[in-house]
This record gives sequence, structure tokens and C-alpha cells, in this order.
Amino acid sequence: MFTKRIIPCLDVKDGRVVKGTNFINLRDAGDPVEVGANYSKNGADELVFLDITASSDKRNTVVDMVRKVAENVFIPFTVGGGIRTVDDFKTILRAGADKVAVNSAAIDNPQVISDAASKFGSQCVVCAIDAKRRADGNGWTIYKHGGRIDMGIDAVEWARRAYELGAGEILLTSMDCDGTKEGYDCELTRAVSDVVEIPVIASGGAGAFEHFLDAFEIGHADAVLAASLFHYKEMEISDLKDYLNKHNIPVRL
Amino acid sequence: MSKIAVIDYDAGNTMSVMNALKYLGYDVELSKDPAVLYKADHVVFPGVGAYADAMGKLREYGLTGPIKEITAKKTPFLGVCLGMQLLFEHSTENIGETDKDRIEGLGLLPGSIMGFKENASFDHTLKVPHMGWNSLSLTNKDSKLFKGIADGSFVYFVHSFYLNAADRNDIAAVTEYGITFDSAVEHENIFGCQFHPEKSGDIGMEILKNFCSI
Repeated sequence: MFTKRIIPCLDVKDGRVVKGTNFINLRDAGDPVEVGANYSKNGADELVFLDITASSDKRNTVVDMVRKVAENVFIPFTVGGGIRTVDDFKTILRAGADKVAVNSAAIDNPQVISDAASKFGSQCVVCAIDAKRRADGNGWTIYKHGGRIDMGIDAVEWARRAYELGAGEILLTSMDCDGTKEGYDCELTRAVSDVVEIPVIASGGAGAFEHFLDAFEIGHADAVLAASLFHYKEMEISDLKDYLNKHNIPVRL
Repeated sequence: MSKIAVIDYDAGNTMSVMNALKYLGYDVELSKDPAVLYKADHVVFPGVGAYADAMGKLREYGLTGPIKEITAKKTPFLGVCLGMQLLFEHSTENIGETDKDRIEGLGLLPGSIMGFKENASFDHTLKVPHMGWNSLSLTNKDSKLFKGIADGSFVYFVHSFYLNAADRNDIAAVTEYGITFDSAVEHENIFGCQFHPEKSGDIGMEILKNFCSI
């Protein structure tokens, strides 16, 4: 029985997991290996580590963290945040990550997706997309640099393009829903999932069990990502999976 | 102390396998030196990437002969993902890039590899690659690889091509993804998993331990 995936996302800064919203009031929330191992024990199907370190020598800290996670956690994990070149892919994959997520760099230079895919295989390449509804409500456009710059490019078209370029997975974040705890943007998720033949991870907005159910049933998501909901222990993955199982969503129990 | 050798042939992802085996406390060495591989008590053959490239690398490093000899001398040998697929006769992967209708594998076991999308019975609304946790239907009650593993256990898959083993006695597990495909094989000392035990949490670690205890 093929299952849907539940994926916690951990923000990391200077090699530590951090908690906080919009990069302010960041608090240390532990060691990535410990937090990751704990999630794995509690039913997480995969992990995403998003590096938000600002300094220029961040690469070494990230590599160190990736290496330690790979030595101690044995479920798949993706690393994103500041990935710019194929060389960045190589460094992170070599350190032990299973997949690397690229966002702004792919918008600036879409070729990075195909170069990374041909060098390392599509399965390692995740195209992360931040999307926001247009002012007139017609569809969504993609944003760059942590959701600050509207590229004016249609989100569904961009996702389709990323798939055609060789991305192995799409990590789709709704900027409208992120942080609201009022549910994922199922319309956006479905629009993307229905035009690409690769898995789509829904992100942004999770607050209750029903939201996850909707993301799968209405949004056609293959996986769902959540951060603060799990970190602040507002929801346990095991409880979520029990709920989903009762509602006939195939999950790994 | 059992010495495990992991074959190094530039086929990506040897690190995850190494990490898992080290975590379990085994004495592991990554090598492309036939002498090291011959001396090992167990050999793991990982693989991620394209069939044709991988076969090219094996030939380049002169590993096809040694692999055949090591398996012939009954050393427990585990192929993982592409490593399992390479044990078989041929694959249709990469045929678009060559004038061949299939790429030859090591031919240690009878069977062939084909793409999910090539199978007319495959549900084309399903995403490819098959990426995620799926369950094993165990088919061999005497399996050494799956000793103590519950039928229906979940393991992690990432692949676009799947195995059709020709000898049904070689199959240790099957999995459903649109179609039923062979997800693990076991033939005397030769073992293979389409899934990644090193990425399958506790169940995966048990499977690796089973292999290393043979």
C-alpha cells in the first residue's frame, strides 16, 4: 500500500534548530540530529531542513549538520535554503542529504534544475515554489527571496516548467496560507499536482487534522509539510496519522 | 567481527549505506579494489542513477568479473536499488540514448528491468518515480533477509524502473504501485532490495542486520 508522507520542516540557523516567525524572535530549539531523530521515532516519513543562516561561511555549518544528521537519522531528508549552484547540490548531497531544494536560484537560472538533475538524478532535485494569489484572485504568481519579490510568473506554469526541466519533486508553499493555521491552499496544490507527473508536497497553513485530509483529498498532494504545528507540539504526528487512517488516507503507521 | 565491503563505483549514495552499517556497529569499508571485496565476509552493492552509466562504471573499474566471482564463491551479496537491478539480465532504461533495445546487466539472475510507464497496465495518474513508503508482501517464508520482519512492513522506495524476475522462486517480496512488482529477491547467497533499507528507519536497520548476520 503506497502511502502519503508527513514531513516536518526544521528551520536551522548556525547549525541549530530555531523556532520563531518571519525570522524575528528566533529561539534555539535544539540540535538538528536530536530533533530529527525524535521526529523519525514519532512517525515522520521524511525531514526537510531549511537553512536560514545569513552569514557568508554558512556552507561549512550546513555541511557539518548534514553530515551529522546522515550519520544518525535513517529516513530521507531534504536540505534547502540558499542553494544557488550545481556545486551547492554536490556539496550537500556528498555530505549525506538525499535531496536538495532550490527556489530563487532556479527562477534566476532555470538551467540549474536540469544541470543538477542530469548530474545527480532527478530524484535529488526538489523545486521549492513560494506562490501567492494574484490581487484579482485569478491564479497565483511565484515569489523570490523568501517571498518578497513577485516575479509575475504564473505558479502553475512555473511548476510545469520545473518538472519538464527535470525536477523530481515540487515543494509548494502558499504564502497566503502560511502561518494562518487555517488550512493549505488546496486549489493551488491541486492545480499544480494535476499538471506535473512528479510528487507535490503541500506547504503553508496547516492547523488542524482536517487541513491535512483536505490537502490529500482536495489538493491531490502526495505529501504534506508542516513546521510550527509539530515543533510547538500542537499536534503529534502519530495522532495525525491515526486520524488520516480513520479517514481512509493511506499512511505508514 | 564480520567485515562488510561496500562496492564503490561512483554510483551515488554509498554514504547512506555506509552510515547505516557503521551505526549498526559493523566494520565497513568502501572499496573498488577486488582484493578487498574478495576478502569481505559480506558485500553490499548500492546504486542510484542510470543503468547504462552504472554498467559503464563497473566495466571501467573492472568490477564485473570480481562481482561474478564473489557471488559464485557464495559470499552473502546484497544489491540495493539500482544495485539489485544490475544483477539481472537487462534493462530498457537509457535505450533512447543508444541504438540498442535494452542495456545488458550482470546477468547473475534471470529477469529484466522496465519502466513503470512502459507497462500498459500501469495507472498513469500515479506519479513517477515511485517515491515514498510502500509495503512489502513477503513471499518467501524461509527468507533470511526478512527474518522477524512483519508482512506488510513499510520501506522507502525511489525508482522509475522495476524488476520482473523470471524465476518466481527468486522473489522474496512484492509491492503494489499501480502494478505488482518484485521488490526483493533472494537466491542462495544473492539478495536484492528495490527499496533503500538504509532510509527505511527501524525496519530497514533490521533488514540490514539480518543480511549482515547471514
